[in-house]
Amino acid sequence: MKAKQIVTTRRALMTGLASAGGLLLGGCSKPLPPTYGNVLRMGDLLTYTAHRLLLPRERLAKEYAHGDITSIPAVGTTNPADSHQQAFNAENGPAYERLQAGGFTDYRLSITGRVSRPGSYSLADLKRFPARTQITKHTCEEGWSAIAEWTGVPLRNVLESAGILPSARFVNFFAFDDVADGLDMLDALHPQTILAYGMNGRDLPVPHGAPVRLRVETQVGYKSTKYVQRIVVKDEFDDLGKLGDLQNGWAWYAGI
Amino acid sequence: MARDLPAGALASQQAAMASADPAAIRPPSTPPGAVGLPRGGHARWVRLSHWIVAMSVLTLAVSGFVILMAHPRLYWGVAGNDLTPALFELPITRNYRHGGWEKSVAFYPQTPSPVSASRTYDIFNENSWGRSLHFLAGWFLALTGTAYLVAGIHSGHFRRHLLPGADERTGQRAWQDLVSHLQFKFAPTTGGPPYGILQKWSYAGVVFLALPLMIVTGLAMSPAITVAYPFLSGMFGGSQSARTIHFFVFAALTLFLVVHVLMVVLSGFRRQMRAMTIGT
Repeated sequence: MKAKQIVTTRRALMTGLASAGGLLLGGCSKPLPPTYGNVLRMGDLLTYTAHRLLLPRERLAKEYAHGDITSIPAVGTTNPADSHQQAFNAENGPAYERLQAGGFTDYRLSITGRVSRPGSYSLADLKRFPARTQITKHTCEEGWSAIAEWTGVPLRNVLESAGILPSARFVNFFAFDDVADGLDMLDALHPQTILAYGMNGRDLPVPHGAPVRLRVETQVGYKSTKYVQRIVVKDEFDDLGKLGDLQNGWAWYAGI
Repeated sequence: MARDLPAGALASQQAAMASADPAAIRPPSTPPGAVGLPRGGHARWVRLSHWIVAMSVLTLAVSGFVILMAHPRLYWGVAGNDLTPALFELPITRNYRHGGWEKSVAFYPQTPSPVSASRTYDIFNENSWGRSLHFLAGWFLALTGTAYLVAGIHSGHFRRHLLPGADERTGQRAWQDLVSHLQFKFAPTTGGPPYGILQKWSYAGVVFLALPLMIVTGLAMSPAITVAYPFLSGMFGGSQSARTIHFFVFAALTLFLVVHVLMVVLSGFRRQMRAMTIGT
């Protein structure tokens, strides 16, 4: 299927420039994460803006050989159905348990917001897209790292299939646990940003985000949202309230 | 004084010991009003950058230690985590060898296979503010440090005061200076340059080696920056090697800080603080 709206590098570039302009002008239409007058968030914003202005775009993260794959801890939520876990959601947890019992055949990933064809994708739908397999390094904010093989569909293909609108600036991900996160278009459209359903040659295990997790190879691990339930495309920045990074005290941009 | 000092330094020290008059302790090799060196004190740009860098480094040290506490294990190579061998582990925080893991699961049938294990332990992690504070202070260090390097080269400050002269680059001279320092035999301060041999070596080491290495090894841990410039982590043998070097240079800088403050106190605290604050 040919996408109606193709998101171009030029548009990604314009987003970056507009973001930088937004920092100088302020106001406009929330093109940047808010600082809430917090000096730490101002530093994060400086890092984000500097990265978008100074770093070369569209470079690929290093991909490793099969023999480089290492052991990998599963941290944070390791089972959204487990009510004892910190980010357990009373509504989504049992729903996740039912999906898991059915081998995720009833799983639907919904895409809404600034797209011309909002809808939902089953695991089989996602697997019909051309797959991308990449052996990359996961860098955890805690200080450790691990190398694993991830298989999935480039987020870009799914967004284009849903008809992402030219005004779209941010892509937000809501998970089965009490976690949500977002990316700007540059990272969302990066060729290695994938919705992964496979890991190390098998189905994505539950502790690592089954059935579908995000892989963002240009930022630290917590941006690679596990257990993705729905995607919402936005024109404006959304701090995602209590589910997002910012209101929990974390930097929204974590390229460093 | 048994030491074989450069004529200028010796003269200034003798002058300083002979008189308490601030005018007399001005380095005689520098004409009064020389550019970049007010009499008996530090130039304004040196004082300003010194204190911005000092505050940045202190903030970086504290926030860096907070970050280290979240994962007090260090590795060599590209990747490393709780399920792979560590180079060494620091006995800090409850995270030290916490062992809160579910039974590990192998990915492949053949052995040895990489494994996965789920954490069952609530780790100490204050990285939300720790990381952001670290990078904020890093910006202050990088920007001030860059301005300082440009000014230092442009003004001749590095060439005249910081870089050891040709006669100061022998191990024997540095050894003699070290021995006399260990015997607590050193000249009263002149409140600025000219510096002793060890002083030059340690300041030059901090300015040209340690702090730049901290910034580069720091950048070598960043996913976005290493995607753009892979050589940054490649030249250290991987991001985890860079992290380990980052830690050792932190330890070296902490040692420098302790000795530096000790020397300021021992060589005349009030005089030194005046020279580095009001500049006289």
